[in-house]
Amino acid sequence: MTAEAVIFVLMGVTALAGAITVVMARNPVYSGLGLLGTMLSLAVIYVAQLAHFVAAIQVIVYAGAVMTLFLFVIMMIGVDVAEDTSENLPRQRVVVGVVAAAVVAFAVYLGVSGGFEWVPAGSRQPAAEASIGTVQAIGEELFANWVLAFEVTALLLTVAAAGAIALAYFRRRRAVRE
Amino acid sequence: MTDWYMLLAAALFTIGAIGILVRRNALVMFMCVELMLNAVNLTLVSAGRALETLDGQLATFFVLVVAAAEVVIGLAIIVAIFRHRETASVDELSELKG
Amino acid sequence: MSDFLWLVIALPLAGSVALHFLGRFMREPLPGWLATLAIAGSFAVAAGAAIPFFAGTGETEHLVIWEWMPAIGATFELQWDPLSALMALVVTGVGTLIHIFAIGYMHGDERFHRFFTYLNLFAASMLTLVLAGNYAMLFVGWELVGLCSFLLIGFWFTRPSASAAAKKAFVVNRIGDLGFLIGLMVMFATFGTLSFEGVLERAGAELTAGTATAIGLLFLVGAAGKSAQVPLYVWLPDAMEGPTPVSALIHAATMVTAGVYVVARSSPIYAESAVASGVVAVIGAITAIWAASIAIGQRDIKKVLAYSTVSQLGYMFMGVGATAYVAGVFHLMTHAFFKALLFLGAGSVIHAMSDEQDMYKMGGLARRMPVTAATMGIATLAIAGIPPLAGFWSKDEILGALFERGGIYSALWVVGLITALMTAFYMTRQWVLVFTGEPRWDEGVEPHESPRVMTLPLLALAVLSVVAGFVNTPFRFALEHFLEPAFEGVEMQHAPEGWGMFLVLAALSSLAGVAGVAAGWLAYNRPADAWRRFQEGFGRLWTAWEEAYRIDDLYGAVIVAPGRRIAEATAFQIDSKVIDGAVNGVGALFFRIGSGLRLLQTGYVRNYGAGFAAGLLIVAIWLVMRGLS
Repeated sequence: MTAEAVIFVLMGVTALAGAITVVMARNPVYSGLGLLGTMLSLAVIYVAQLAHFVAAIQVIVYAGAVMTLFLFVIMMIGVDVAEDTSENLPRQRVVVGVVAAAVVAFAVYLGVSGGFEWVPAGSRQPAAEASIGTVQAIGEELFANWVLAFEVTALLLTVAAAGAIALAYFRRRRAVRE
Repeated sequence: MTDWYMLLAAALFTIGAIGILVRRNALVMFMCVELMLNAVNLTLVSAGRALETLDGQLATFFVLVVAAAEVVIGLAIIVAIFRHRETASVDELSELKG
Repeated sequence: MSDFLWLVIALPLAGSVALHFLGRFMREPLPGWLATLAIAGSFAVAAGAAIPFFAGTGETEHLVIWEWMPAIGATFELQWDPLSALMALVVTGVGTLIHIFAIGYMHGDERFHRFFTYLNLFAASMLTLVLAGNYAMLFVGWELVGLCSFLLIGFWFTRPSASAAAKKAFVVNRIGDLGFLIGLMVMFATFGTLSFEGVLERAGAELTAGTATAIGLLFLVGAAGKSAQVPLYVWLPDAMEGPTPVSALIHAATMVTAGVYVVARSSPIYAESAVASGVVAVIGAITAIWAASIAIGQRDIKKVLAYSTVSQLGYMFMGVGATAYVAGVFHLMTHAFFKALLFLGAGSVIHAMSDEQDMYKMGGLARRMPVTAATMGIATLAIAGIPPLAGFWSKDEILGALFERGGIYSALWVVGLITALMTAFYMTRQWVLVFTGEPRWDEGVEPHESPRVMTLPLLALAVLSVVAGFVNTPFRFALEHFLEPAFEGVEMQHAPEGWGMFLVLAALSSLAGVAGVAAGWLAYNRPADAWRRFQEGFGRLWTAWEEAYRIDDLYGAVIVAPGRRIAEATAFQIDSKVIDGAVNGVGALFFRIGSGLRLLQTGYVRNYGAGFAAGLLIVAIWLVMRGLS
């Protein structure tokens, strides 16, 4: 086993465990912590895949900012209300079970038939340079070929920030009036 | 090796999807959405590595940014709903029906 | 002069429009005099324009007013030839007298000005019909006079019988109009044009006998509807619900002769088809004797005249059917005079008797109303065919033509003679019942002579009824020479040549007239008991005449009742169940589909998510499998 395989097995297990925790935990706080574990595990896997910049952002933005925000909201709207996990929508769990079973069955079919490749052999591009995700490499690529997408994303973030303020401010003013 | 990364991503994605379908706490559902986005990020990075290109990582970068914006708005909405309805259960927000 | 020809139509039209908008602001006699002025002006223009024809130097002229649909020869075009001129003069001349009469007759009616609006509109429409330069415009006038007829029959529409009669006239005319319209289509398909010139000039060269028969018979259907021939005559007796001047103008003198005019105008087509001509003549003969027999049994003073009109129209049809077009048009003209006179006289009587129309309740009116009695007496003798009054000459010419033509027309000649006898009888009966004998008036009725505004037209028409016959006598065929340009190139039937034959035939028809008059006089110039017994002597035959053979009941049972049943079936069965059922069924179907699909919108976002996931899976499988193959 190579080092990458070892890391994959370890981090894959923790990522799956975190994901299952997200879904199964009755308390949202545990769900949040499970998600945090999954994200950190994925960050490690990114490092193993030589995607250093993405790994860094994964930790800073996701595990740091996003999860903090989540936990903040969880605390704000109350964690003491344990969710009732009994299903009250008719046939909802049946449909979910059928869909999940179909996914698994299809995956097994693909594995058994053996004709499916994730990355077809012919599509591999000749490597001009090593695709190591350093900040410099990412930056050169980003500002050379992805400028428009970058600008649009900036605009999106601005709008999102303004939107969040508008939503929260509107509610607060009503609350004061009441 | 790529196959295994893809299978891991598929598993994470499926778990996230199931979570959305069975949980009714808006916050948990949101976390499941994040889980699915992370699974997709994993496929992008892995495929980019297999193809020896940086495009996968760049796409991941954009997904990440969009996810951040989505979380901001989504959580703001959840907070607003909670203030109004004193609940985080999406099942109780079912007035818009036929 | 013919440059001003459009004024002939425009004057009454302007009068009608003016009265429509301004009439209500005028005091009573003024609208009547305005309308009279309009139509009298129209008469003056027409007379002026006709001078060249009288002088024998006139030529057919065309005056295009507006290019409507030039591609099919349907322009607003006036044709001025002797036939149009004669018709226009009759319409405007008789019309003027009737307008004057109506001023007195309609006195006190609250819709006085409206009456003259319609009357002027009718005059304009009828003039459009007779001055039209092509069949399309003729048809426009044809429909307009039908409309005016409807409006005027139903003038007193608050009476249920009047509005019913108006509807009946309209519907029956519509049946005829349909035939006429189809005839026009066949004509257009054959010639590619509807103009008189185009059609009539090429008729001889291009028309096959079959097509000519088809067009001729279809035109006959239209003419039978408008001119009240068997079997479409039933509307005309009911049309007497209208004011009497209307009966005189529209349902005796002018509009109902439109059918005769159309046949005469289409003479080149009928010339190509002996069958169509023969059918016209036979229909005319049947109508003549049929209506004459009904007229004998009538007790309503106007109904007698109505059936008499139908009968005399049948006479005209016999004439034009035998291709004796001049004779037919001649009778049209003389009939317009004396029948208008009879109707106006009847109107005068009705006016005097406070709207009583039953002749059995009249009698002895001659002393009270000498002018009316005298003028109506002249008209009665004229229509009876007593020489030398107008009716004798025109009737004699038709009979002569029928006799000369021979073949089946000889049988028609016999029918014509018998009809002449009957006509003389029932007209004498009418005059005797109304004007002589003991008064049988209802209590409180005080008959009085009508005012001068009503008697003057009577006198004028009486003079015309006497002298009009002299325009076309064997001594001098003035009318024939006058009309010659209009029938150029058409073979025409004449009365036999030579004085011997003329005298024999004239003696026969005079004899029929005199015998009828004498029989009527002898039968009815007796006390009421005597003639009542005389009538009862006929038994059921008299009842049949009195009830007009119950043709209305027959039509009601054979046509109206089944039609009503079909209408009810379609309305209450097919429409409300099948059609509505289909429409409502479609609606209900989608309503049910919708209420089923509505349940899919549960409002639970997780339900939507499940559907979304299933769809996503299917798309993913499809994409992967496509990549594999």
